[in-house]
Amino acid sequence: MTRLIVVRLFFGALTLWAVSLVVFAATQALPGDAAQLILGRDATPERLAALRDQLNLHEPVAVQYMQWLQGVVQGDLGTSFSNRMPVGEYLASPIRSSLTLMGLAALVATPLALFIGAFSALRRDRGFDHGASMGTLVLASIPEFVVGILLILLLGPGGLGLFPSVYAREGGPEQWTLPVLTLALAVAPPIIRMMRATMIEVLESEYVQQARLKGLSERTVLWRHAAPNAIGPVAQVVALQLAWLAGGVVAIEFLFNFPGVGKVLMDAIENRDVPLIQAVVLLIAGIYILVNLLADAIGLAANPKVRVANR
Amino acid sequence: MTGYSRQNESTGTGWTENVLRVEGLTVIGRPSDVEIISDVSLTVNRGEILGLVGESGSGKTTLGLSLLRHLKRATQITEGRVWVGERELASLNEQQVRNLRGRAVAYIPQSPASALNPALRLGTQLTEALHDDTSTSDQVAERVREVLREVALPDDPAFLRRYPHQLSGGQQQRVAIAMAFVGRPDLIVLDEPTTGLDVTTQAHVLETIKAMTREYGTAGVYISHDMAVVADLADDIAVMYQGELVEHGRTEQVLSAPRHEYTRRLLMAVPLLRTSGHTEPATRTEEPLLRIFELSAGYGRTRVLEGIDLSVSRGECVALLGESGSGKTTLSRSVAGLHHQFEGGLVFDGQALAGTSYRRTAEQRRRIQYVFQNPYEALNPRKRVRDQILGPYRHLVGRPDDPDLVVAQALERAALPASYGERFPEQLSGGERQRVCIARAVATRPDLLVCDEITSALDVSVQAEIVKLLRSLQDDGMALLFVTHNIALVSNIADRVAVLNKGRIVEYGPVGQVMSAPEHEYTRALIADTPDFELSFPGAPERLSMDSEGRVTDG
Amino acid sequence: MSGASTNTSPKTPVRRRPGLLRTAWRFGRTKVGVALTGLIVLIAVVGPFVAPYTPTEFVTKPFEADADGALFGGDNRGRDVFTRFLWGGWTLLLLAGASAGIGVAAGTVVGIIAGYRRGWVDDVLMRVNDVLLAFPQLIAALLVMSIIGPKVWLIVAVIAVSHMPRVARVIREATRKVIEQDYVKAAEAIGLPRWKIMAVEILPNVTSPLLVELGLRLTYSIGVVAVLGFLGMGLQPPTADWGLMINENRQGIAVQPWAVALPVAAIAVLTVGANLITDGLSRAAIGIDRGVEK
Repeated sequence: MTRLIVVRLFFGALTLWAVSLVVFAATQALPGDAAQLILGRDATPERLAALRDQLNLHEPVAVQYMQWLQGVVQGDLGTSFSNRMPVGEYLASPIRSSLTLMGLAALVATPLALFIGAFSALRRDRGFDHGASMGTLVLASIPEFVVGILLILLLGPGGLGLFPSVYAREGGPEQWTLPVLTLALAVAPPIIRMMRATMIEVLESEYVQQARLKGLSERTVLWRHAAPNAIGPVAQVVALQLAWLAGGVVAIEFLFNFPGVGKVLMDAIENRDVPLIQAVVLLIAGIYILVNLLADAIGLAANPKVRVANR
Repeated sequence: MTGYSRQNESTGTGWTENVLRVEGLTVIGRPSDVEIISDVSLTVNRGEILGLVGESGSGKTTLGLSLLRHLKRATQITEGRVWVGERELASLNEQQVRNLRGRAVAYIPQSPASALNPALRLGTQLTEALHDDTSTSDQVAERVREVLREVALPDDPAFLRRYPHQLSGGQQQRVAIAMAFVGRPDLIVLDEPTTGLDVTTQAHVLETIKAMTREYGTAGVYISHDMAVVADLADDIAVMYQGELVEHGRTEQVLSAPRHEYTRRLLMAVPLLRTSGHTEPATRTEEPLLRIFELSAGYGRTRVLEGIDLSVSRGECVALLGESGSGKTTLSRSVAGLHHQFEGGLVFDGQALAGTSYRRTAEQRRRIQYVFQNPYEALNPRKRVRDQILGPYRHLVGRPDDPDLVVAQALERAALPASYGERFPEQLSGGERQRVCIARAVATRPDLLVCDEITSALDVSVQAEIVKLLRSLQDDGMALLFVTHNIALVSNIADRVAVLNKGRIVEYGPVGQVMSAPEHEYTRALIADTPDFELSFPGAPERLSMDSEGRVTDG
Repeated sequence: MSGASTNTSPKTPVRRRPGLLRTAWRFGRTKVGVALTGLIVLIAVVGPFVAPYTPTEFVTKPFEADADGALFGGDNRGRDVFTRFLWGGWTLLLLAGASAGIGVAAGTVVGIIAGYRRGWVDDVLMRVNDVLLAFPQLIAALLVMSIIGPKVWLIVAVIAVSHMPRVARVIREATRKVIEQDYVKAAEAIGLPRWKIMAVEILPNVTSPLLVELGLRLTYSIGVVAVLGFLGMGLQPPTADWGLMINENRQGIAVQPWAVALPVAAIAVLTVGANLITDGLSRAAIGIDRGVEK
């Protein structure tokens, strides 16, 4: 199993490298060069030249990439164009906020989704199951920012007025409610559906039938025979959904004006702040790849065939 | 119900000896209300085995599961009673049902690969079968080891720590048997437990089952589609047909005087293992149609075939006999150009054959046609029969002047009416599909037909018809390379036979010689392990043989 | 000619099973989905012809809720919300439809080739796929948009490219299942050219997952096009576009909710409708696949 995981890790690193290449290449396609962007249109040629020297812009592109990559690996993501702060420093607080937001959403959504999914499977084809199936279908189809706006219209100042719709620095904890709720609603449906489908598949499998025909109690059948076989696929979906959060958070932060990496990314795009764009995209892609790897590893670990074969 | 009458009173046993008694059991499917089994009554005595025979869809598995008071989703018992010992199943509460299962009635599933929990170690799965046992854990562990020894499996802790996927198919089935016997049940239900096992393993498993039921005094219900196995194993035979029990009696009685027409047909359709009475094939001097020499093949680094020499002459049927994993399919695919990782020679009508079909001439491809094992997968579900037949024809022969005639002739040679051309595969039964596959192959008028286990996915009665069809094709001068694991079939259809074991031909010669005086130990074991039975009712001995005019009635 | 027209046969043949679309139509949810989707498509297509004003005409004061002659009031610049709502749908539908169509077509080609050819072709295609998959869809779109600038063709291209690897993965799996079937080997044995095997033997047998994917990708495309508009990275002002309308008017959501509610409701109904159809299709596909198995 370790060999398989090492192979995946290698491919994960390879993918991350390819992503860095894409990100760097994309920023090279910008009209004008970085010095021009930093100093603006009415910069004097002398100052431009000086800055170009400073940024190594006269070097070949490959060298620039190597220098940039070297910096990234060492944790130096460059200096933001718009506010002249080192990117790493500037991003520290937004990353914390975003991670907290994502963590809260995952914490709310996952247990609830697992429970609803399992309960649907046990009540298959009855009222609760149909209701849950319809609900997840509707929620899964609507884009998450639309869900957010619907929540604002319903619970925000224009509707019932329960929660603020915009994040403010001086606001209390209730301003977290809507963003967390929106993300949780976006994350939950696939988990519910997967939990339900996996439980049904496992409960209908021949080994569960055989366990019942052995005369085992329903509790033993459920926990000893069904559960271990359901963990793998469900854990994978949970991990994939968490990975999705990394990207999905952008629109939600923009909507609620939440000071996280998504908001930073949108501002950076507005200001054409290249180092910041690079850093955030790389960061989100990195998290995404990492969590996907985790999902893979969980899937492998949950499979006894893999676990035992290559010890 | 017409078919059934209580015949086993002649055995002289009273009701108390009946471990199992079923009376008028009827199960329907919901919501269609179709009867899956109708008004079935039967009894099984202590220490005896009842063979429950039927083709797919006859309701035999539903009956088997109802003996453990287990019903599949959307089915319901509407009438009838089942007694196991003194217990009437319908009257039990849930706790009592749990006590019944595993201890009074045990179940051995068709496919242990999917019935053993992949995530649990064998030890856990075996131990928990003694769930309500009052004995200490030491006693339980001792009992588990004992039963493992009885089914000839290792009983050391290392083995018990294994997961099901670490065992071979035969071992998995033994574990399932051990799991069933560990609780010393009164009745054991075996649902086709040897499907997918090769003959030798099957013989061992059957031997184990027989010994265990005798030793424990357990009554057995052995569900199977294979009349030969049942005749070998069972004390009583019950035949199911479309949910009804059409025949029930002592084994000798059913074999000597079957009462129902369906039983008769079923019995006659089973190929008899003929070990004598073959006519010596004429010695041929001309260059054979297909000559294979010094062929070895493999996948990547694993070798599957080694040093194969074989030839097929015009109009001759050569059987390639081997169990799963013997390499027989690899060999037949190499001939057809579907497997190209081989060395050695393939000569067809004096010309060397290239490895892949893409480097062979159209004429070579036309003259060698292949029929696949599973007719459910061999036809493109999106195409009409007509297009299935015309596709290869157009590609290999050219645009026909009269496509309708080509289709009609091909279908006719496969004994199907021309009107079938308009159908889609899903509108055909398994046997009809296989006929279409044959029609597709013979449409281009090939000289050699490679048949890869073409009867193994079909019910026995259908199987017999396909064999009859092949024989008529051979009479028309077509050469056959007939690949199979079924030695009885070989003894009836082949002129010459090559026995393949672990990638090598261990015996090769005229079928009469190989069957009557096998030289290799492996062939001898195969012949000995193949379950067989003699039929004594009038007309029966000529069931299925090269010499008789296919007396098999069509189904 | 229908499958059941073989009257000359001795036995009446078994009726052919209904196809994917007909089976899907039997589910109530499919019908609801078609109705919902149809409603929005109707609004989007007919809307521009029945709109009371032109989409850029100033009719009211900014964010005026109940102005005379403006049913749903005015937007952030004082344009008629209802008019802009009626005008703002067809761009979304067109962009989403085009990107889903192109993405699914490209993904199908890649998926079938990778699944059938195996070996290094498969390896290379799937590695490239993995790299493309490493970008969350939205992030990839934002990156490209922010650099090259929001252009219509670019929106379509970026979304299509982000769909491609996902579709390819599904179709590759489906192809793998199909090529295990012996009819593909039968075609190989008679030496049918590879491209023809892919077109004639494989493609018709992956149509079920293909249609399901098309529905799914259409739903996602609508979401991505809308969210790009919402983030200001899609169509640019003064175009009337549902996503952009939400962006422009969300500041006034408390005083003039209609300007946000109308496009939001339309997008929600459209995506739910599309997904209901997809769900009906996939249920039908599962049923059909089960029937084929033996």
